Amino acid sequence: MKLEDIDQSLFVLDSGNTSWMIVATALVLLMTPGLAFFYGGMVRAKSVLNMMMMSFISIATIGVVWVVYGYGLAFGSDTLGGLFGSPSGRIGMNGVPEVADVVDGEPVYNSLAGSAGVPFLVMVAFQATFAIITVALISGSVADRMKFATWTIFTVLWVTLVYTPVAHGVWGGGLLGTWGPLADTPVIDFAGGTVVHINAGAAGLALAILLGLRKGFGKEPFKPHNMPFVMLGSALLWFGWFGFNAGSEFAADATAGRAFLNTLVAPAIAVLGWLLVEKIRDGKPTSLGAASGIVAGLVAITPAAASVDTWGALAIGFIAGAVCSLAVALKYKFGYDDSLDVVGVHLIGGLVGTVLIGFFANLGEGTTWAVDGAKDGLLYGGNADQLVSQVLGAGTAVLYSFVVTLILGLLLKVTIGLRVSEDVEVAGIDLAEHGETAYEEAK
Amino acid sequence: MKLVTAIIQPHRVDEVRAALEAAGVKGVTVSEAAGYGRQKGHTEVYRGAEYTVDLVPKTRLEVLVDDADATTVTEAIVSAAQTGKIGDGKVWVVPVDDVARVRTGEHGADAL
Repeated sequence: MKLEDIDQSLFVLDSGNTSWMIVATALVLLMTPGLAFFYGGMVRAKSVLNMMMMSFISIATIGVVWVVYGYGLAFGSDTLGGLFGSPSGRIGMNGVPEVADVVDGEPVYNSLAGSAGVPFLVMVAFQATFAIITVALISGSVADRMKFATWTIFTVLWVTLVYTPVAHGVWGGGLLGTWGPLADTPVIDFAGGTVVHINAGAAGLALAILLGLRKGFGKEPFKPHNMPFVMLGSALLWFGWFGFNAGSEFAADATAGRAFLNTLVAPAIAVLGWLLVEKIRDGKPTSLGAASGIVAGLVAITPAAASVDTWGALAIGFIAGAVCSLAVALKYKFGYDDSLDVVGVHLIGGLVGTVLIGFFANLGEGTTWAVDGAKDGLLYGGNADQLVSQVLGAGTAVLYSFVVTLILGLLLKVTIGLRVSEDVEVAGIDLAEHGETAYEEAK
Repeated sequence: MKLVTAIIQPHRVDEVRAALEAAGVKGVTVSEAAGYGRQKGHTEVYRGAEYTVDLVPKTRLEVLVDDADATTVTEAIVSAAQTGKIGDGKVWVVPVDDVARVRTGEHGADAL
């Protein structure tokens, strides 16, 4: 259905919003190659290509899955009791009107993108970039040792069985929005604290447990082989994250501006929080700490970006930086090899941001925004309703993602196997799995 | 002829080269090295995890000299590389049977 064929009173194209959303989509896509640098610099020289390839292959597989059926599963009308959306009428985007959403074969103009005057296909592309980065984030927990073929198959299965139901639940009108106590006071997750970060973090924990420890974990030094790559990656992530958070408004308006500013200040103060802990605990502020602090602050402000004022963003960012810098030590205490701290940064950072909304949501401030029915946080004159919803929503996402990923991982483990042989791991996964090495002498 | 080998702190290389030139040495081979002596390694911290790095970066210098110059050259290196702190390195001298210059095929002291 072309623009000229539709009722102009139902859909009015907004060129300002549309241009911003096209730019925001490109920004979010850049985050995944940025993540490849962030993660790639942190591993040893012998496995950097495999690490980066796990991100790049996610762009390839999820980019295809998304337009074939993924978008429908996440954003279609309820099916299977509201666990998934229905891909019916959206398979391969064939016959889908370019400018409006389709429900049960009929165009709908008042969807989120439609009411902002943004063409439907832009919304599909924007959401694809979210699914891609979420899958890529998980790869940090499986560094140096996961069979590349298994990872590739995992990306498709995981986005199908874990990402789409969680996205449908939080953003697509599914279970997480309508179930029990969450129906009255829905979870506030503006840009993906539960859907992206808690989801990826819990999945990373499940895979790290199934894969087991890298040879030498806790005994040999696993030094990052290229810290400048890590810093470059964190900078690209931050740059792209402006599209992630401010783009989640689906419009170029004042609320997007608020989300944008919060995306600037939360990571800034998170760096200070992370480095302060390092200075006190280890004696020196590190560049890895600064890069990690940026990501921790970005993760935590993601669900809250539009719903807190600037003081709220500063508080959330600082707490996230300090808490995540302590949380990355959990893996040594509990003995799981979450190699690049997907749990310590994304699961814990996602939980910090999601739960703190229950304290800091300030919906009375002019340009803040939250889903209909959401309430002010405890510190802004609200009661505990929103806090309870945030905890329930976060807890449900952790449980669902962890359990389903564990089952999925177990199935892959007993069929095609998760892990490369010890010889390959010692010699370096790059050569065995990809037939290449990044450097002349990669060790 | 003697081969003088020195393992020194990387940041003293320029001073040592100047001292060698002043002592009339015409050529030197410099390479990066890693190792430890009494200085041992150092500790690095990544996201709160401490790693002991056993091998410390050093610079290795090799100079071929006439028997008569060996002591002068050794002393020149020692005084130029010295900071007085642990980890300054070592210099040693070994006898060399023969030296050949590849371009001309000269042997012995003529090839130095």
